[in-house]
Amino acid sequence: MSEQQLVPLCLISDVTEDLPVKAEIKGEEVAVFQVGEHYYVTQNLCTHGPGELAEGFVDGDEVECPFHQGKFSIITGKPTAAPCTVALRTWDALARDGQVYASTTPRSGGGEAA
Amino acid sequence: MMRALSPEQVVIVGGGQAGGRCAEALRAAGFAGRVTIVGKEVHLPYERPSLSKEMLISDEDESIAWVRPEQAYAEERIELRLGVTATSINRDRRELHLDDGSVLSYDALVLATGARARQLTVPGADSVPLHLIRTIEDSRALRSRLSAGTRLVIIGAGFIGLEVASAARHRGAEVTVLEAADRVMARAVPPEISEHHTALHRSHGVNISLGTSVVSIAREGDAIVLRGSGGETFVADVVVVGVGIEPNDELAREAGLETDRGVVVDAFGMTRDPQVFAAGDVARHYNPLLKQHILLESWQNAQNQAIAVAKVIAGGDAPYAEIPWFWSDQFGVNLQVIGLPSADAKTIVRGTSGQVPYVLLQTRNGRVLSACALNAPRELRFARELISSGAVLDEAMLGDPDVRLADIVRDVKQRKVPA
Repeated sequence: MSEQQLVPLCLISDVTEDLPVKAEIKGEEVAVFQVGEHYYVTQNLCTHGPGELAEGFVDGDEVECPFHQGKFSIITGKPTAAPCTVALRTWDALARDGQVYASTTPRSGGGEAA
Repeated sequence: MMRALSPEQVVIVGGGQAGGRCAEALRAAGFAGRVTIVGKEVHLPYERPSLSKEMLISDEDESIAWVRPEQAYAEERIELRLGVTATSINRDRRELHLDDGSVLSYDALVLATGARARQLTVPGADSVPLHLIRTIEDSRALRSRLSAGTRLVIIGAGFIGLEVASAARHRGAEVTVLEAADRVMARAVPPEISEHHTALHRSHGVNISLGTSVVSIAREGDAIVLRGSGGETFVADVVVVGVGIEPNDELAREAGLETDRGVVVDAFGMTRDPQVFAAGDVARHYNPLLKQHILLESWQNAQNQAIAVAKVIAGGDAPYAEIPWFWSDQFGVNLQVIGLPSADAKTIVRGTSGQVPYVLLQTRNGRVLSACALNAPRELRFARELISSGAVLDEAMLGDPDVRLADIVRDVKQRKVPA
């Protein structure tokens, strides 16, 4: 991704592997995750109900929605446990100079899971 | 575990959330045989939580949560027989008889017949219209009667009664809740949560009358008059009864299967007949974590226990073993409960009791037994980890709001805390 398309989301120190945080990209709420050394960004709102994934429970590379305990892959956005069936939109993210950045346009998401 | 020999025809009795999820999960597990859902309701399988919440607030039906979109059933070759009632099971012939005269053969039968709202039986109860909440039609009927100034009396301060109270206040109704017990939601939550929610409702103008059972009901003109056990009278335009549900276990009982307020099944959802299973609200199933048979009337159980049964039928060997989890939304406060609250457990409050957000933990011998969270769903999820870990924890630490539950969970997982 090119430099012009990056938007700062939060400090690296704001997010830990078990506690994601909420941020915004162009007015849209997103959730920022850390899995191992890498950072990932998905839409904050669950595709099934009114749960916020930044308030979710992280288990490995999956996030469990706090509302109905459905799950998504943090890395791909794909649903991995009922009742979720629609993928999350995801954004490319990178960490630099103590900040987490994301692309301004989503990479993927939407549509029924395979 | 005894196992049915690779079934080719699965019939699911009950077209609710459990029935729908069971069918979906059969296909997800690779089951390629015939799958039929027999549903008494005319609707596709749907989830019921919104019936006492959003569905009553809105005038439209957009909040109905269908288990699957309609085309998914055709795409996955799930046959729907809706608006039809199963009348009997012939276990010798492995046949299910329906009220339209047809007969379905099965290799595996899943009883997902759910439950029905319990009726009020006091004198006069059959002489006036009483609203129950169990179906889409029930919710539509009730909301059409709720408007500004409507005098609504709700009998029963369980989840349903209190959720209806919250929605009815949204619509401007004058709401009175009569509860026979000495606190609200007494079956589901510890006293501290009952107290919080009683205060919450009263602050929103709900009149809650505890220790009040209804002894008789009569019509007076256009109004309904309810007489309380203390001799007081309550005048209503509309009455809602929310005094629990009764499992629809008659089909199983008449087929000679064991019932005990619900169909008795093992941890795999199987009755003593290895070709008959039960799932959802009707299934009194053995929970290996709690080491007891339990009947759960919850969204989680309707979904996940049904999925577990489907996996067993498709050849899996995993029991259903989850910690019970409930939620309720009232006046903008999200209450979640995990584990089974106990009357004799020690209570630890994280935060200020009575002020959201806060978390209430129950412990026994240093182990977390249950947790309730008010507007703190993530904290509840960490509490679930503590419950399932079985770890003995320092109670002072558990009660210290400066020590995050996330950190305690991390310590437990890294075995810094002996399990």
